[in-house]
Amino acid sequence: MVSLATVAQKTIHTKTNCGVMARDFLQGVSDEYDVIVVGSGLAGLTVANTLARSGHRVLLLEQHYKLGGLATWFKRPGGHIFDISLHGFPVGMVKSCRRYWSRDISDSIVQLNNIRFDNPNFSLTTRYNRDDFTELLTTRFGIAHEQVTAFFDAARGMNFYDEQQLTVGEFFERFFPGRQDVVRLLMEPITYANGSTLEDPAITYGIVFSNFMSKGVFTFEGGTDRLIGLMQKELERNGVDIGIRCDVQRIHVERQRVTGVTVNGRFIKARSVVSNANLKTTVLQLAGASHFDKAFIEKTEEVRLNNSSTQVYMGLKQDEQIDESTGDLLFSSTAPVFQTDLLLSRDITSRTFSFYYPRTRPEGTGRTFIVSSTNANYADWADLDEREYEASKQDLIETTLDALEKYVPAIRDKIDHVEAATPRTFRHYTKHALGASFGTKFEGLAISRGLSEQVEGLFHAGSVGIIMSGWLGAINYGVIVANEVDAQLLHSASSVVS
Amino acid sequence: MTAEKIREVIIDILSDIAPDEELGDLKDEVPFRDQLELDSMDFLDIVMELRKRYRVQVPEEDYGELTSMQSTVTYLEPKMQECQ
Repeated sequence: MVSLATVAQKTIHTKTNCGVMARDFLQGVSDEYDVIVVGSGLAGLTVANTLARSGHRVLLLEQHYKLGGLATWFKRPGGHIFDISLHGFPVGMVKSCRRYWSRDISDSIVQLNNIRFDNPNFSLTTRYNRDDFTELLTTRFGIAHEQVTAFFDAARGMNFYDEQQLTVGEFFERFFPGRQDVVRLLMEPITYANGSTLEDPAITYGIVFSNFMSKGVFTFEGGTDRLIGLMQKELERNGVDIGIRCDVQRIHVERQRVTGVTVNGRFIKARSVVSNANLKTTVLQLAGASHFDKAFIEKTEEVRLNNSSTQVYMGLKQDEQIDESTGDLLFSSTAPVFQTDLLLSRDITSRTFSFYYPRTRPEGTGRTFIVSSTNANYADWADLDEREYEASKQDLIETTLDALEKYVPAIRDKIDHVEAATPRTFRHYTKHALGASFGTKFEGLAISRGLSEQVEGLFHAGSVGIIMSGWLGAINYGVIVANEVDAQLLHSASSVVS
Repeated sequence: MTAEKIREVIIDILSDIAPDEELGDLKDEVPFRDQLELDSMDFLDIVMELRKRYRVQVPEEDYGELTSMQSTVTYLEPKMQECQ
């Protein structure tokens, strides 16, 4: 027997579905653009803004209902708000935001002063800059001053054109042979910042580490929601058309030249397409392998994706406070030695805690939030059935709270909201293959850079090659790619004229 | 555009890129990087500004020509002959 309530529910359901389907998220969107940007991660947003400022007609399409990609946040009833990837970035963000975005944005960047480590090898708090680290390495770790200087200079001197055979592990071994503890201090935060390991090319480490060491770690006052809101305003001011819930099904290529995209079933013409989707998805699915050289496709298939993540989000009760000496970023581990592959294991002993004190959002509810992050393998979560999956999530929450207890006593009494995200969550929201949260390994950069040589007008911008990962890496890569698109548009315009 | 005018243009672009730098004492024959705090994104900005203002294209393989003021002006002179 079907109850009236069920019928009513069904009716509501159907109506809602119709409502969603009937709504045209492409309303007001033109039939033709100079550039279509597929995906609104920080790289996609920056490409769109930079090209619109140069006078091009730009359409930005995002499959999710919010802009930002992994630079995102979510809210829960009672005034909870959680940042997903706002953990800290280098000072270079100030300049990049001022130049490629706005003063409003760059003026909101503030320093995090308490970067804390706690593991069986050492416990310390630092500002995470060169002066502080030099002091630590010479006094606490007993390394000769000239050795420390040589290490910093070597890391800073690394660039793109250097030998790529040297691994991060070998680089450390050169300067601090046998010093596991030093490696831990130097590497652990970077592993959490971009998923890189001791086996990755040393230049990826040198570039990212030096960026942080120049002044320390910074964050965005007002939270990710404010940042993305300001960016959206800036895009609108510069005339970018924006479509959310706009899932691009296809990037069209004719005679080795990009012609447009199909989005929500509609074809839109474009002279250039910049994909901020996952690199492999862009080549193999959105454009399609048939438009590329065989060798290029083989190389694309070989690109390794970076790992995924798990996170636990904890919201403190309205009247609960945590002393700020607990740290802004806390790299905590009970593992006796540091091994990057162990960081991916489900039996995690290493976590990064990000503490968001009320000053993070001066206009906010005054609550404190804590987000715990670990690096994780998609495969460890992919095949769990629903019951196992829920149990694993609960286990992740409980073990995280157990670990946090050491730093915030009685944590379970202090919170009134907790939930977890897994590699499956990351996959769901970003549509990234394997829930990759840091893009690709180093070899992805050459593929990303090489797209436009294969298909005229097709570009990729996003977290690739480790060095283009993270908030600053993604924004700067967006600018680099926008520069290439701009040159291509000028070139194709002049060839039409002549 | 004369060499002297091109130099002025570059100084103008640099003053946007590095607002805190003292550009009056810039030595033309010495690399920018030895006198100013410029990183690779700053050089990219010079390239983008030149294209935006004068439609001058500087391909990536030529970025090395922008090492000092002297080399930059020498490199840009034939490219910017027609620019106003």
